[in-house]
Amino acid sequence: MANIDTINKDFANLFEQGKELLTNGSSNCMNKAREKAFVQFQKLGVPTRANENYKYTNLIPAFDHPYNVNLRYMEVDVDLNDIFQCDVPELDTNMVLLTNGWYYGNNKTLTELPKGVIVCGVQEAAKKYPAIFEAHYGKYAKPADDGLVALNTALAKDGLFIYVPKGVVVEKPIQVVNLLRSDRDLLATQRNLFVIEENAQAKIIVCDHTLTHHKYLSNAVTEINVATNAVFDLYTLQNQHLNSVILNSTFIRQEKNSNVLTNTISLYGGTIRNNHHVLLDGEHCENHTFGMYLMDKDQHVDNFTSIDHAKPNCLSNEHFKGVMDGKATAAFAGRIYVRPDAQKTLAYQSNNNLLLSDDAQINTKPQLIIDADDVKCSHGATVGQMDEDALFYLRARGIDEKEARQMLMFAFAHEIIEKIRVEPLKDRIDALVDTRLRGEISKCNTCAIACKN
Amino acid sequence: MLSIKNLHVSIDGKEILKGINLEVKPGEVHAIMGPNGAGKSTLASVLAGRDLYEVTEGEIVFQGKDVLDMAPEDRAKEGIFLGFQYPIEIPGVSTVNFMKTAVNEHRKHKGLAPLTASDFLKLMRDKKNLVEIDSKLTNRSVNEGFSGGEKKKNEIFQMAMLEPKLAVLDETDSGLDIDALRVVANGVNKLKTAENSTIVITHYQRLLDYIVPDVVHVLFDGRIVKTAGKELALELEEKGYDWIKEENGK
Repeated sequence: MANIDTINKDFANLFEQGKELLTNGSSNCMNKAREKAFVQFQKLGVPTRANENYKYTNLIPAFDHPYNVNLRYMEVDVDLNDIFQCDVPELDTNMVLLTNGWYYGNNKTLTELPKGVIVCGVQEAAKKYPAIFEAHYGKYAKPADDGLVALNTALAKDGLFIYVPKGVVVEKPIQVVNLLRSDRDLLATQRNLFVIEENAQAKIIVCDHTLTHHKYLSNAVTEINVATNAVFDLYTLQNQHLNSVILNSTFIRQEKNSNVLTNTISLYGGTIRNNHHVLLDGEHCENHTFGMYLMDKDQHVDNFTSIDHAKPNCLSNEHFKGVMDGKATAAFAGRIYVRPDAQKTLAYQSNNNLLLSDDAQINTKPQLIIDADDVKCSHGATVGQMDEDALFYLRARGIDEKEARQMLMFAFAHEIIEKIRVEPLKDRIDALVDTRLRGEISKCNTCAIACKN
Repeated sequence: MLSIKNLHVSIDGKEILKGINLEVKPGEVHAIMGPNGAGKSTLASVLAGRDLYEVTEGEIVFQGKDVLDMAPEDRAKEGIFLGFQYPIEIPGVSTVNFMKTAVNEHRKHKGLAPLTASDFLKLMRDKKNLVEIDSKLTNRSVNEGFSGGEKKKNEIFQMAMLEPKLAVLDETDSGLDIDALRVVANGVNKLKTAENSTIVITHYQRLLDYIVPDVVHVLFDGRIVKTAGKELALELEEKGYDWIKEENGK
């Protein structure tokens, strides 16, 4: 196995040799950030387990592989609109496709978006809307804080840009489908920027899929700014194959009176690492950070979250739940930081886990750093097996053991699903989770290519 | 209908039931009374198939079938119903879904097609009226946040939905105020037919004013030490359990 130095050196070579391709077509803003980020990456490298924040996720096997990297947009030889169809007829959304981290060139025009709303590729946005783009790009995800962010910023050329202007309500959710589709093993770098202006509202549903059985490593960074009085939902559905690695870092900044709900649902995947950072940067913000993971076989998921109460009078409520079977491993870290003058903070956090096998493992770590004295904070973590009394109760009414277990597991997971604020999506995820808990793979798309699982 | 012969049951190596014999015929109501720790709830749990207990000797035959080898769900489908002393709260499982699954499992066992949604809801409505249970409760998760009385009513509601041949009601009266007790007892009486049987397990005689037993047994120290008509319950109420203890040399 290669050591971390070799991996980092390979990236250095890639950056130096690919510089022309990297800068070509990118805006000055991105290229300037790229140079600086690369200097940071050379200092930080890919995070290893020596880094406390990555103690439970070993990224070396994920990175130690000869991936291909696309430093420019590759034309897609088929119409992805035909290949991928979200299998949720009732879920009426504005759908955009991304392929291997790039905004898909043949996306259908979104005709139902309200006036002023922009949905396009990041590369395009940087050129067409520099004022908006430059006000936010690189402002929330700091390369100096994390090697993965540094690597992303150094290599990123495209991704999704969404802009919702002041006072505009996007009623129909925007569905972002990230497709990994390649005929070779691939490292994809994706950089997203969502800007939700004052008093605006939007709901975004992100679906991660793999369309071919190749090994993928996706290193994505999403920056989101939610301005005063805005309401924003982000639902992330991770459903990939066992040979995929998802590194997903999200940075959300909230301004005063804003309300944000995120729900990160990891249904299937080889290795998943979610870095979820929230900065409550104005008074009276409300933040709900939810997540669920259903893992079996040798799957691994690590949810690393940080909620930063920078201003007084904000509420944060964080809840992650997991069902683990087989030899699956999971980690949860929940950091809540209440800064010195963030008085009247309300911060709640819990992480509950159901372990179905003797070999499944969970490491859960709440971490509260409270520097203000008038706050209400709570945290709790549970790890348990199925409630035998409840199981007997159901069986005593004639429900067979397998079905009774299923009902209890589903009930456990449902608490997170019911927080979804898009009804048809809730129903659909209920169904996906139900199939997933039956040990099957929950196909959520009419995928033309059978994936190797 | 039910025949228990020389039943010995242990938990963690400690013998709780020490040779129970009991015959229940169709249409009969039996009361099993006894002091705390006599083994009443153990008997109920063993009948329903709880695997915490080890049957070391004896047999339980229900309608000609040996039930000891049957899973709890199979006993339920054969027609044995246990009304729990402490009904379990199951957050996240809706009462409707729970009952629909259970009713349809019973129907499948009988070779019947599952109920349609509207037939099921009609059945729910009818049975809810029977036990005077509020729709607010059946719309919630199973027993979640229910008061003691509501939980017991919910047990009788489930019994009404499943129409068992043998209902074993374990301390259904414990923690009930007199109004709830009356509702629960009325429910049980309304469900009574000439074919189905009931075993009422209770510490106190009060419930037996409402559900009148044909036979009363006294369970003491793992054995049935006395069997008589309903007058035995009154005698126990009056004299307590001490005389039973004395008679049995404890």
